[in-house]
Amino acid sequence: MAATPKEPVQFSGAGPLNAPIGGLLTWVDQRFPLMSLWRDHLSQYYAPKNFNFWYFFGGLAMLVLMIQIVTGIFLVMHYKPSAAEAFASVEYIMRDVPMGWFIRYMHSTGASAFFIVVYLHMFRGLMYGSYRQPRELIWIFGMLIYLSLMAEAFFGYLLPWGQMSFWGAQVIINLFDALPLIGPDLSTWIRGDFVISDATLNRFFAFHVIALPLVLLGLVAAHIMALHEVGSNNPDGVEIKKHKDAQGRPLDGIPFHPYYTVKDMVGVVVFLFLFFLVVFFAPEMGGYFLEFNNFIPADSLKTPPHIAPVWYFTPYYSILRAITEDFMLVLAIGVAAYVVLIWLTTRDVRVKLAASVIGIAVIVLMIGGPLAIEAKVWGVAAMGAATLIFFLLPWLDRSPVKSIRYKGPLFKTALTIFVIVFLVLGYYGTQTVTPAGTLISQVGTLIYFSFFLLMPWYSAMDKTKPEPDRVTM
Amino acid sequence: MSEKDTDQGKRQFLVAATTVAGGVAAGAAAVPFVASMLPSERAKAAGAPVEVDLSTLAPGERVTVEWQGKPVWIVRRTKDMLDAIRGNDGNVADPQSKKKMQPAYATNEMRAIKDEYLVVVGICTHLGCSPVSKFAKQAEAFDPNWQGGFYCPCHGSLFDLAGRVYKNKPAPDNLVVPPHKYLSDTRIVIGEDSKGA
Repeated sequence: MAATPKEPVQFSGAGPLNAPIGGLLTWVDQRFPLMSLWRDHLSQYYAPKNFNFWYFFGGLAMLVLMIQIVTGIFLVMHYKPSAAEAFASVEYIMRDVPMGWFIRYMHSTGASAFFIVVYLHMFRGLMYGSYRQPRELIWIFGMLIYLSLMAEAFFGYLLPWGQMSFWGAQVIINLFDALPLIGPDLSTWIRGDFVISDATLNRFFAFHVIALPLVLLGLVAAHIMALHEVGSNNPDGVEIKKHKDAQGRPLDGIPFHPYYTVKDMVGVVVFLFLFFLVVFFAPEMGGYFLEFNNFIPADSLKTPPHIAPVWYFTPYYSILRAITEDFMLVLAIGVAAYVVLIWLTTRDVRVKLAASVIGIAVIVLMIGGPLAIEAKVWGVAAMGAATLIFFLLPWLDRSPVKSIRYKGPLFKTALTIFVIVFLVLGYYGTQTVTPAGTLISQVGTLIYFSFFLLMPWYSAMDKTKPEPDRVTM
Repeated sequence: MSEKDTDQGKRQFLVAATTVAGGVAAGAAAVPFVASMLPSERAKAAGAPVEVDLSTLAPGERVTVEWQGKPVWIVRRTKDMLDAIRGNDGNVADPQSKKKMQPAYATNEMRAIKDEYLVVVGICTHLGCSPVSKFAKQAEAFDPNWQGGFYCPCHGSLFDLAGRVYKNKPAPDNLVVPPHKYLSDTRIVIGEDSKGA
């Protein structure tokens, strides 16, 4: 059978080579959807013309993913995933492998850079309502990427087999131990042993270098396919597809290539400048990117005097530590108040009843004497809920407008407080436990969840400004 | 054959039957992979009992031995330490050791076979960190009235010198007392006890 008949590709670039290159592209295009992929995702993907600074971070996240994959491949060439050799093999990479230190520092700095870029990318979504209808699935794929990234970072952190690697993994795996009934068996299954051991290190290596990178790449593809299906949001939060020219192109859209590819290159250069500043001059970042205790080999008999997760997990770690036995009463009152709020503001009787039944069940499990589940389990649940609650954002935001530019003072205040609380929780997560720190973390935990759970009310009540018809620059 | 002649009921049945059979096969295929992640025979065989000589352990000191990959602490308690435990019932969550965190022969005031020696697994019952010894009776940042015991650096749980957890701390339970028995006055085996004890 002959190749699929398609229009010959007209290549206009290098001059005398136009004809042979055009011929080659035509040959490929008749056997593979080369030109349609190029058009749909680059040369004729119309992105809003008013992208600002905040729109650099999606592309930068892809760049960091590439840095991690490439440096990771070369690290695996020298790393030994065994409890007896892992620590020494990392030091071997640092001291004896030519340029090994450079590749490893790119990888370790890349891990933190990934989270910085992703947190800024998520903040952009929060500001401009990029999670709102019709982009719910983009947001959900993005959140799955974020969760996979946390797993990837966690598995990778065990590999150097230092003290923080060992005890960090010990604490996180023991979170599963807290689950009722299946907990202890589940954590033994995850470890492959009764303690963190060689078996654990080996499987974490497999997850870190094979399983999760594959999952991440698949999710990134889904994230971008969903984005290109509905089109990008923009700082005004208005749909550019409402106004099209005679050819069906959005009036406020510009082709991604060359306009945004060129713009993103500027962002890449600035980012790489900062990235290599850290790689060359502060790879440990004062103990935040590489923790000092991780330069001590793992010792299963001795926990370091101060252990804290790497900075990007610390807000959630604070929430975990905030849930103590004496805080359960406050939480139960919070749940009761939330049920009352639903009663006062909802007409639907079924919603009222469902909220009451669930609320009472939760309160009983929190403080119901013999029926209560211990605070440790609630701490784990709160930490899990703090990450998963982002998934609900598309349905919690009831504002008539998407972008913060047209939202009112309530949402702006709520978002500002949320960001401050996220940073404060992050800070206290790096510190040792003190009564004041615990109290601040507890208040922070309440505010953190209020931002999400009260959003249906404050976003609907807010005094918004009218959205413009077309984007503004 | 035209669309009209198709036996739709039969087709639906075959699709459903194939889906169910395929689903069962896929589920069964997961079994070897899930099973391969369980502790291996070698891991299960490790963890034999450990014998410890206590004759060189000075009063008020602690020794750590490894049993099943976990730290086991043996503390030789002084009379002051034992008195501190007796006066500490009000501060701890489970003063009578009602929860089964110890064998029956250690379910007593001092959570030990012999009052003098505390034998516990040095793993916090919260999330598995190994607490730090803070035996001195002095004001500490975490407790101005500190009676001596163990402090967990990870999440701030406190345990007294009988391994009993303080109230309102993240750790829910007292430290685990492993099965153990005395071979002589100063020789002890961890991981094994006399039958019926």
